[in-house]
Amino acid sequence: MDMALDALSWVSIVTGLFFMLVGTLGVLRLPDIYTRLHAAGMTDTMGAGFLILGMLLQTVQGILHGESTWWFVLFRLVLIYVFLLFTSPIASHALARAGLAGGVDPWTAPGDGDE
Amino acid sequence: MLRAFGLGATLFGFWLALSGHYTPMLLGFGVGSCGLVVYLSHRMNVIDEEGVPLQSALRMMMYLPWLLKEVLVANIDVAKVILSPTLKISPRMVLFHGSQKTDLGRVIYANSITLTPGTITTGVNGNEFEIHALRAADLETDEEQAMDMRCSRVEGG
Repeated sequence: MDMALDALSWVSIVTGLFFMLVGTLGVLRLPDIYTRLHAAGMTDTMGAGFLILGMLLQTVQGILHGESTWWFVLFRLVLIYVFLLFTSPIASHALARAGLAGGVDPWTAPGDGDE
Repeated sequence: MLRAFGLGATLFGFWLALSGHYTPMLLGFGVGSCGLVVYLSHRMNVIDEEGVPLQSALRMMMYLPWLLKEVLVANIDVAKVILSPTLKISPRMVLFHGSQKTDLGRVIYANSITLTPGTITTGVNGNEFEIHALRAADLETDEEQAMDMRCSRVEGG
């Protein structure tokens, strides 16, 4: 059981790191603020999500070992993700709006301009 | 009244779960601070169906798993786009029409759109949602309509 939980937790954390990496790569590769926001959003939802899932599995292991105070940790980890779900889209939205208000035109692919 | 009570109960439950200290004195502080927050919220007139959306809380929790599934699928799509050597993107501003009746419902829908990678809500004007889409070419209208419908269901009424 310990082995399985540990393995799952590792897989989850590595997946989270992978999405963080891809998100970062996206911020570097994509052409303008709006497209980069899409990539940055990935690190919040999936990157942080899988990292927290991995940590949750670790706490589940603690609970199975009779550490009842770890329930608090579990609850707090879930809360962190819920708060991220509520706040990160607002941050993205505010950034995109700030860009538009500042007159930054969205980048369009060559030959794909506004019809 | 019911909403004020619901807010108080939620706040105190939250306090209990985060505190971890259960001596009478600290519990008293908890009750006191929750009561103060409820009183201040009442004075600020924010205890209504928008500030304390008890009517949607349960439906909201049922909506979250579906939203997370959508977020996962969309994330994989965007990850593929970023990792592909040619970077096939066709960003464009598009307009969606939402069917929500309340501001709360619109906020839920707008945030759900932003949360799914590949689409960001840049403006809301009544029921018109202005979206920046990373790949306008394969925007799936079915998916968006499903999300719109589910968000309307969350707001209830």
